[in-house]
Amino acid sequence: MTATAAYTTRLSRHSYSTLRSIQGPLLFVEKVSDARMSEAVRIVFPDGHEAAGEVLRIEGDTVLIQVIGDSRGLDMDHTEVVFTDSVKRAPLSPGVLNRTFGGSFQPLDGLPMFVPERWAPVSGFPLNPVARERPQEFIETGLSCIDGLNTLVKGQKLPIFSCAGLPSSAIVASVLAHARSGGVNVAGTGSGSVVVFVALGLAHHEYAFYRQTLERLQGDFVAFINLARDPVVERLLAPRFGLSVAEYLAFEQGRDVLVVITDMTNYCDALREVSTAREELPGRRGYPGYLYSDLASLYERAGRIKQRPGSVTLLPVVTMPEDDITHPIPDLTGYITEGQIVLSRELHQRGIFPPVDVLPSLSRLMQRGIGKGHTREDHRKIANALYMHYASGRDLRRLEAIVGRESMGDSDKRMLDFAEAFEREIVHQGDARRGIGETLDLSLALLQKFGLSA
Amino acid sequence: MSGRIIGISGPTVSVDLAGLKLYERVVVGEAGLMGEVVRLERGRAVVQVYENTRGLAIGEPVVGTGTQLTARLGPGLLRQMFDGLQRPLAAMHQSQGPFLLPGGTGAGTTAAMKLRFTPTKSRGDAIRVGESVGYVDEGAFRHPILAVDCEGTIDEIKDGEIGLEEAVAALTDGRRVFACHDWPVRLPRPYRRKLSRFEPLTTGQRCIDFLFPLARGGSAIFPGGFGTGKTLLEQSIAKFAEVDIVVYVGCGERGNEMAEMLDDFTVLSDPWSKRPLMERTIVVVNTSNMPVAAREASIYTAITMAEYYRDLGYNVLLLADSLSRWAEALREISAALEEMPGEEGYPTYLGSRMAEFFARAGVVETLDGRIGSLTVLLSISPPGGDFSEPVTQACLRNTGAFFMLDTSLAHRRHFPAINWFQSFSLYEADVVAQLDQQVAAEWGALRQRTRALLQREESLREVAEIVGTEGLQEADRLLMRTTARIRQTFLAQNAYTEDAFSTPAQTYQKIRQLLDEHQAASERLERGESPAHDAEVHPS
Repeated sequence: MTATAAYTTRLSRHSYSTLRSIQGPLLFVEKVSDARMSEAVRIVFPDGHEAAGEVLRIEGDTVLIQVIGDSRGLDMDHTEVVFTDSVKRAPLSPGVLNRTFGGSFQPLDGLPMFVPERWAPVSGFPLNPVARERPQEFIETGLSCIDGLNTLVKGQKLPIFSCAGLPSSAIVASVLAHARSGGVNVAGTGSGSVVVFVALGLAHHEYAFYRQTLERLQGDFVAFINLARDPVVERLLAPRFGLSVAEYLAFEQGRDVLVVITDMTNYCDALREVSTAREELPGRRGYPGYLYSDLASLYERAGRIKQRPGSVTLLPVVTMPEDDITHPIPDLTGYITEGQIVLSRELHQRGIFPPVDVLPSLSRLMQRGIGKGHTREDHRKIANALYMHYASGRDLRRLEAIVGRESMGDSDKRMLDFAEAFEREIVHQGDARRGIGETLDLSLALLQKFGLSA
Repeated sequence: MSGRIIGISGPTVSVDLAGLKLYERVVVGEAGLMGEVVRLERGRAVVQVYENTRGLAIGEPVVGTGTQLTARLGPGLLRQMFDGLQRPLAAMHQSQGPFLLPGGTGAGTTAAMKLRFTPTKSRGDAIRVGESVGYVDEGAFRHPILAVDCEGTIDEIKDGEIGLEEAVAALTDGRRVFACHDWPVRLPRPYRRKLSRFEPLTTGQRCIDFLFPLARGGSAIFPGGFGTGKTLLEQSIAKFAEVDIVVYVGCGERGNEMAEMLDDFTVLSDPWSKRPLMERTIVVVNTSNMPVAAREASIYTAITMAEYYRDLGYNVLLLADSLSRWAEALREISAALEEMPGEEGYPTYLGSRMAEFFARAGVVETLDGRIGSLTVLLSISPPGGDFSEPVTQACLRNTGAFFMLDTSLAHRRHFPAINWFQSFSLYEADVVAQLDQQVAAEWGALRQRTRALLQREESLREVAEIVGTEGLQEADRLLMRTTARIRQTFLAQNAYTEDAFSTPAQTYQKIRQLLDEHQAASERLERGESPAHDAEVHPS
């Protein structure tokens, strides 16, 4: 029996009005004869409108149901819960391309829903580690601080750690507009690439900005939009829909998929809200103890598969609460992802764009994606030299703050100047796109100017 | 014996099956998910399911197996990759495609394997429990076949080709000795006695081998925040360590990194035996998106296989990355069981479970009279890089060595980012005494000098923070130049170059040269000459 059939052809209608209690978004339903863990349910309100729900726990004939969406207007006597006999699934078809959906996969662009080719469980299945292809194909983002020093490769998951008020959206937009792999635009028609964009709890002005970016892409995209005013629980669902679609497009349709999820902090807060409503034991800062496993179930869906074309590359945006990188959200994210791009408030205030602090930034999969055959033979040497000299320049800034520049030796002054120039000339690039060749040439020139070898 | 599901909550399932034993393995639901009994009440048992319970329905059947969670031990484990429940991943890839579907077993892949058995006992010989009756060849290793649970007089013994599941010998009382056997993973394997001897275990990492040496049969932890190079260090040690067998557990970590490692391991060779690296390696991998309960089981599955090779008389190294993910899995399961939480939500038995795990390391005289060792090396991922958290603290009470990975060193791209002031090794005295004899008589003396120099540098650094390096004495500036070289060329090792591995002799040569040059320059300075500026180094 296909999943589609499960939604439509039941022998008997499997529905109950035997509510025991309603606590916020949680319903306890009694005398249920047959329920499945994580089963999708429809909740029919007294006024006739419907909301989706999911089975959270089953104890004998009592079932705990999470309402997805607003639970206002439910009552004890006239509410009906309809069991669908299947877990939450995502509809899949090439028809998903260039469409915009809400957090429950409802079309937001005014067009009718496409006809699904098939349905897949939204949580996906873990990829067998031996089936994974090692990611090593260079993606040129056009940003020197990423391409030169923290190189991104296909199949990688590389989050952007931002702070409130920093231009993370402009950086994401710049990557979407400029990213190329093997000389072709990542976002472009006919290039085999697709952008899957998942907005979680975004404010309207941010959404409007991304909307424009997507429209300007002129390439294939799929968008899942959950705005700040939309139901919180949909925030847990939207990234799973996005990733199910991404896996389908990548591993069945052979496309290179770049998934942008913004903002993961809103996702985690939604998870915390739901977990508290379920009266689960809170962990650090009130987030549930399974936050790591839950985040991993999203992030780990990035990757490549042996002997199959296509890839899922993941660029989540995480806004660090209180600019604190040790906060559970960036902390657990960093433990799962293959590196991180860290933005700095200080660089932003000095007018540097993108304001990327390269010292705490890291790309774990860089080593195999650079050098001969990928970027350029001297890439590794240049990156190491830039990194080392910039780090020592930054160290000296602390000394400068204590003793003053005048009392420092000439070689120390030179390193201070180097760090400054590195930020102004390499990290800073404004709106311009730089190819990897240009990035490396500029870097070499800078090193030479200061008499440093690569 | 079968019953039905009566309740489902996260990874735990209540069943109405009577007659189950605690920790008995059960098969849950129509999909055939694997589970383990964790709590018994009258008329009700709570089962921890090792796979995702999504889609499981009330009323689905549950069957008891009568056995505990076991690992199958015998020839053919080497070169394999298993998940946390010892299911062969390559076979599952072939049978069900790239994604892991619930209920898959991948079983039956070894049944067809044929091996050549050479008996060392003959008809009429008496055997004791744990004694070997013969051996098969597994790659480069001679793999003894042990009589695990029976003793008596041999009535019949095979010679020649055997199947992996077949008996190799029969005793007069009718009991048989098999090439393979199952062992409960949570039960430490027996040995005759534990020895307290500490022979050096060379890891190939200069910072560890020289400053914080590791001993065979010992244990070590390396905690570090993200980006401090835990995984890279762990994989480097797995490649280069001077041991016979390596069991590597990827516990709740990244899938892409495992792909990278498997890729590397199939092309690299063991620097000691020059044979392909995979021939001495068993990989157990339960990535962060694979089911949590299987993650909890994975380190037990791995250490049981490691103990088995120890019992065959080999030096075994178990590497787990990371123990924190195991502890978190324990916490998730404990929360699902609604147990009273201890510190930071971890169950109060976290410490004792860990102590039991660490206690499985050691050098032993096996039941068969061989000497085998099991060394345990664990990485820890403390939240926020804060070492005061319960997992790191519980480990510190049990571990023999502590390599603290330092975020500030990592930000400077100094790898391995082992902090040389905070780290320690309790094996130091024993191992150094042996290295003095094996490598060079001044090994211990050079260590003292190096540590003194690094100590001195640290205090000078504080002065330099105030007066600037230019304001220091000439002799102190010389010292800082030397320690910068020690840090950059000796303590740091690039895992992507030839330098990734260093033998004890190379380590000795290198530090000896650095210290000699320092000595010479100091003497020149004392004579009033200018100490030659050697290669330009940037104090960083």
